Amino acid sequence: MKYVDDFRRKDIAKTLAARIAAEADPARQYNVMEFCGGHTHAIFRYGVQDLMPGNVRFVHGPGCPVCVLPIPRIDNAIELAERHGAILCSYGDMMRVPASKKRSLIRAKADGADIRMVYSTQDALKIARENPDRQVVFFAIGFETTTPPTAVAIRQARAEGLDNFTVFCNHVLTPAAIQHILQSPELRELGQVRIDGFLGPSHVSSIIGSAPYDYFAEEFQKPVVIAGFEPLDVMQATLMLIRQINEGRFEVENEYTRVVTPEGNLKAQALVSEVFELRPAFEWRGLGEVPWSALRIRAEFAEFDAERRFALEQGSGQDVKGCECPAILRGVKKPTDCKLFGTVCTPDNPQGSCMVSSEGSCAAYWSYGRFRIDRARARTKEAAA
Amino acid sequence: MNAPRRFPTRINMRTGRVDITHGAGGRAMAQLIEELFVRHFDNALLRRMDDQAVFAVEAGRMVMATDGHVVSPLFFPGGDIGSLSVHGTINDVAMSGARPLYLSAGFILEEGFALADLERIVKSMAAAAAQAGVPVVTGDTKVVERGKGDGVFITTTGVGVVPPGLDISGANARPGDAILVSGHMGDHGVAIMSSRENLEFETEIRSDSAALHGLVAEMVAAVPEIRVLRDPTRGGLAATLNEIAHASGVGMRLDEEAIPIRAEVEAACELLGLDPLYVANEGKLVAICPAGRAEALLAAMRGHPLGRDAAIIGEVTEDDMGFVTMETGFGGTRIVDWLAGEQLPRIC
Repeated sequence: MKYVDDFRRKDIAKTLAARIAAEADPARQYNVMEFCGGHTHAIFRYGVQDLMPGNVRFVHGPGCPVCVLPIPRIDNAIELAERHGAILCSYGDMMRVPASKKRSLIRAKADGADIRMVYSTQDALKIARENPDRQVVFFAIGFETTTPPTAVAIRQARAEGLDNFTVFCNHVLTPAAIQHILQSPELRELGQVRIDGFLGPSHVSSIIGSAPYDYFAEEFQKPVVIAGFEPLDVMQATLMLIRQINEGRFEVENEYTRVVTPEGNLKAQALVSEVFELRPAFEWRGLGEVPWSALRIRAEFAEFDAERRFALEQGSGQDVKGCECPAILRGVKKPTDCKLFGTVCTPDNPQGSCMVSSEGSCAAYWSYGRFRIDRARARTKEAAA
Repeated sequence: MNAPRRFPTRINMRTGRVDITHGAGGRAMAQLIEELFVRHFDNALLRRMDDQAVFAVEAGRMVMATDGHVVSPLFFPGGDIGSLSVHGTINDVAMSGARPLYLSAGFILEEGFALADLERIVKSMAAAAAQAGVPVVTGDTKVVERGKGDGVFITTTGVGVVPPGLDISGANARPGDAILVSGHMGDHGVAIMSSRENLEFETEIRSDSAALHGLVAEMVAAVPEIRVLRDPTRGGLAATLNEIAHASGVGMRLDEEAIPIRAEVEAACELLGLDPLYVANEGKLVAICPAGRAEALLAAMRGHPLGRDAAIIGEVTEDDMGFVTMETGFGGTRIVDWLAGEQLPRIC
């Protein structure tokens, strides 16, 4: 673990913390949105916020792939297994995400649906090969990082003539979502949230490169620094953002140069565009309909598209009443602003998607958060007074 | 059970399979007991073939513990369900400071289970029991229809005697006490995951499955003031410390850098998106003792082969909310919470 340890060194963290404290102007507030759940997780797991001065705050973005999937799509996945009798293959993160009517994949599985947790698209192909008389559907979710493996699986299925394999495609695109957040009235007109800069996606950028962010850095005059998922990456990138903000610059900078190039992974991009095309619009939990923000399977590969093979119901499933996941995903509210948070909604009994995945803000707040101690102390003090 | 009898032909352990008659109480069951269980677990108490084991009791306090084993896969690097079922229960008895004396074993077999696998498991149990010096003195076998079990489930129960002068319980931790672990965390869980059917990956990591009563005997002899002993099995170190904090009404503060974790385990967890603090152990213990006795306890632990890599990892704090916190290797602080649901691998 030599390689990873280098990006978690306490002595370097101290030096960086001192630099940030020295360069952050005490007269101003720095609101930095980390787009990715991977960053959120690192910030909490390593206690990065503790090392920041009080006026540097992380605003958690919508970059958790399971959190942004709207309830009707999860209902559809359950429907594929229950009504159409398919073997539904899903990544583990998805299993506990609440669907409508207090259901989830894991509950549907307990009720008898054939839902299997897989670690890769290759596992799903294997299941399809082993069950030629069953329909096997891969529940494809995720940002640009998980899309190329899905493209590979579809091409492989065609090459092998696996006619019982389809993909329920829910792949979404990062730049469209960031742009949507920047265009939201809460940000532009109401001034409810201020975002001064972005920590840009890490693994996503390894695929799409840094160039796609140029447009909105320029258009919205917000600096972007692409950052790796290790805690030192987050700190270094935050320092770079503070410098840009201080100097009034709004450029796309790349802290994660060991992986990300301006043009990205061209081979992966070619694979993706061979198999997928843009959807005119796609619903995101929290953001609503976002134009050109998701992918669907091209007509040339129609026979591997679960949405074409099975007649799926147009769902109308709603979030649990009182759940603030939508506002939390937009960065408008903090998990602690939600009434359900920590009362009826905990990782053991999640009501909203943000409490499920380790990349969700609520789960990270709850599992690693110091605030619980502060909150408990405040309560004790109140009682004493 | 009746007196031993001769059977015209021996059970074919090589190619035979468990069938319903093996649990029906007739001749087939008697033959399986004689040719498999009594043969391998062989000891004087079992050879009497009574429905129970009768033994003399020493003066003092006795301990009893039971543990059901349903591990999948049945065989894994560093052990199998058989050795695990012996070690698990011995450890539960030993965590009171007791000397384990005897075990019982209940088998639930699924119709169709290969007798060769069953024999391999029973041999492994017998070897583990013999090595620990804690014999299996009574048992039970049931067979369930195909599809109603997962090959074999084993429940073991152990009894032991607590030496005088000890008072060890999860409710005894006090603010200021030192928290120690006996070695590397997470080996068992990672070894199991590496051999799961849909997740095979190459690793040198073997399960740490081991009987800890020998280590415990040396620890309580050196530091009888030990307040808490617990083996961090399911839910890992995090779950165990939260249980103790809850039971004792205290908090804990850990130092991440002091917690021994093998580089390979850390790497596997990194890859799968797991946290090693939540991964199971089967041959490790957590000990809590007065701070002034921590160095003596650490020395006693390191003097035993199963405690060679022991370390002091933190201290008990005053906190009626029962929070377990950790100073991260990075210099921040975080909560080490109970495990929620099951640890699931991350996707990106």
